[in-house]
Amino acid sequence: MQKLLLLGDEAIAQGALDAGMSGIYAYPGTPSTEITEFVQNSKFAAENHIHSGWSVNEKTAMESALGMSYAGKRTMVCMKHVGLNVAADPFINSAITGANGGMMVVAADDPSMHSSQNEQDSRFYGKFALVPILEPVDQQEAYDMVHYGFDFSEKYKVPVLMRITTRMAHSRSGVVRRPEIRKQNELRMPSDLRQFVLLPNIARKRYKNLLREHASFITESEASPFNKYIDGPDKSMGIIVCGIAYNYLLENFADRNVPCPVLKIGQYPLPRKLVEKMADECDEILVIEDGYPIVEELLKGYLGRGLKVKGRLDGTLPRDGELNPNLVAVALGKPDTFGLPVPDLVVGRPPSLCSGCPHIDSYYALSETLSVLSHGRVFSDIGCYTLGALKPYEAINSCVDMGASITMAKGAADAGLVPAVAVIGDSTFTHSGMTGLLDAINDKSPITIMILDNGTTAMTGGQDSPGFGKIEDICRGLGVEEAHIRILKPLKKNHEENVAIMKEELAYAGVSVIIPRRECIVAIDKRVREKLRNK
Amino acid sequence: MKKDIILAGVGGQGIISIASIIGYAALEQGMFLKQSEVHGMSQRGGDVMSNLRISHNPIASDLIPFGQADMIISIEPLESLRYLPYLSGEGWVITNTRPFNNIPNYPAIDEIMREIAKVPHHIALDADATAKVAGSAKATNIVMLGAASPFLGMAYEKIEDAIRFIFRKKGDKIIELNLSALRAGCDFANQNM
Ligand SMILES: Cc1ncc(C[n+]2csc(CCOP(=O)(O)OP(=O)(O)O)c2C)c(N)n1
Ligand code: SF4
Repeated sequence: MQKLLLLGDEAIAQGALDAGMSGIYAYPGTPSTEITEFVQNSKFAAENHIHSGWSVNEKTAMESALGMSYAGKRTMVCMKHVGLNVAADPFINSAITGANGGMMVVAADDPSMHSSQNEQDSRFYGKFALVPILEPVDQQEAYDMVHYGFDFSEKYKVPVLMRITTRMAHSRSGVVRRPEIRKQNELRMPSDLRQFVLLPNIARKRYKNLLREHASFITESEASPFNKYIDGPDKSMGIIVCGIAYNYLLENFADRNVPCPVLKIGQYPLPRKLVEKMADECDEILVIEDGYPIVEELLKGYLGRGLKVKGRLDGTLPRDGELNPNLVAVALGKPDTFGLPVPDLVVGRPPSLCSGCPHIDSYYALSETLSVLSHGRVFSDIGCYTLGALKPYEAINSCVDMGASITMAKGAADAGLVPAVAVIGDSTFTHSGMTGLLDAINDKSPITIMILDNGTTAMTGGQDSPGFGKIEDICRGLGVEEAHIRILKPLKKNHEENVAIMKEELAYAGVSVIIPRRECIVAIDKRVREKLRNK
Repeated sequence: MKKDIILAGVGGQGIISIASIIGYAALEQGMFLKQSEVHGMSQRGGDVMSNLRISHNPIASDLIPFGQADMIISIEPLESLRYLPYLSGEGWVITNTRPFNNIPNYPAIDEIMREIAKVPHHIALDADATAKVAGSAKATNIVMLGAASPFLGMAYEKIEDAIRFIFRKKGDKIIELNLSALRAGCDFANQNM
């Protein structure tokens, strides 16, 4: 069959379509977004009524997927690594309820934080929840693992976590599809209608069941096609290498022959027998894993006595950041390679707000309004508008997690910082700003909230914003007073007027919401081009 | 045959299209390919780069090791220097000379050009101007692809075929404009090697 050139994300989506998935649930987040977008753009998915619309956040996505699994159908839920924090409650509990139809959770980690606030390792969540984890080495394996993962999930009635990294998600290579597309499952209720009722007495039973199954998960890992023990003559060292890091290892051996035993890991829990074999055979073990030193820590144990284990914890590899072939070369004791040094004149080119971006006019008006007060009052959030932290705007003082602007402003106001301002995007507001707004309203907190409504989820590439056309209704419904919902158009020519409105609302000793509304110019551009194309 | 290529530029300059064209041409010849892209935050006017590896043998790493790239193709002069640590001793820097100045501390262009001139093998051309002369101001990236074409280790016609395929939905006029942009870049490289 012909090879398709697919991103890791696209290979996963194609795998899910070919494996009979009935619905994908997600909130956008780099580097996971393209999985769902691939399904959204698929004619096959549309013809077969496969659900692919965006969810409001990762938690609603995870729960919807669990509902689809309950109903017996195959489902996938995708998110960036920090999204799994938001969805952690349903995720951990879904391991206790178990699945009915196959359920795969895809978490995309971002070592080196190319587009994220941290580089947390989702394998921790998998281990925490006691569910099996799949970690592909390349795009082909990502495709194949989806089939395997759905089958596994249905065989053991457990959700399966797939962990990828930015490099896997956004790297392209050839993928061969399976010749046959599996049909979707029929609607099929759980055989025990109390399986999903986590009352303590049921939950205790189900938890014991999960613990029992865990032994089977290890046996499965030992026989898994994704875990391979490749023997080598030199037993002075053994190498355990996880997911994509295997490629960096092979890159260092032109003939692909590593002299020492290698255990390639693509499925967790770790294949115990294979790890034992390596520990018995080799004098020491080098662990190469992208992300946190999870396998390394596990092997080393708390005291680090006994097995000699090298990796990120002892400095053989750096403690943080993405791996690459050079770092692995050095860890193997091979010579490093260099090109030319970067000339001194090369300066950084950080991302910036597009010229003409509505956020720019909002920030200029806000900064002028606040200029008469002491600095440090603006709690912001995550989106394009976070770039307002950089020069020349330097307009915001925080960016922590989706929704934190409103609640942090509230807490600071509770502490006496009045006025305090929250700046949040429309999509972030519906993701997790609404609940915090209700807290502020119930407490009548003296905060001013700016919901920057550019009509889209811009930072991640312009996906639909779930609250489109509903923002002020949501605010009204939650109880913001009509007089303190102010809509303005962020344009240079409206600057004075906008500053005047902001001044009025800052002076109000309760919750006010200002909605600067103007469409993202990239979204306008995209819309116009699509219109022309469809003519 | 194996080529390791760094593609560099500023978010929005079209390095992914260059990669798709080379990638398509490579696959059509039965080669293996790995291409690592940058999506997300830095696409917003920040520096972006892509690792493109093509080879007749299977490729291991998605990332090119330092000191081993056969060429850096850059659509922006400052960006061509950022990735020099990847370049091998025999490698080529093929860069546009037209600055994309969206930062307050952008260095003086003649100093940038002096640094580019220090790279043993380089080709520097004003791809924006060349694209305009060739008939399409938008084809700057294709001019750069043309300038790199003599170094790709594949027949020029294969790259032309790939352009015809990638732009197949855009109509014959757009295809012709891009083919002449490719030719203009290629001619410049051949005269300035
Ligand atoms: C929990 C979590 N989910 C997803 C993301 C990825 N993400 C960052 S910004 C953003 C979109 C923000 O959209 P909006 O609030 O409308 O602001 P805009 O970018 O449009 O200005 C997303 C989805 C994240 N950082 N954290
Ligand atoms: S993409 Fe839209 S919201 Fe983001 S910086 Fe550009 S104009 Fe502003």
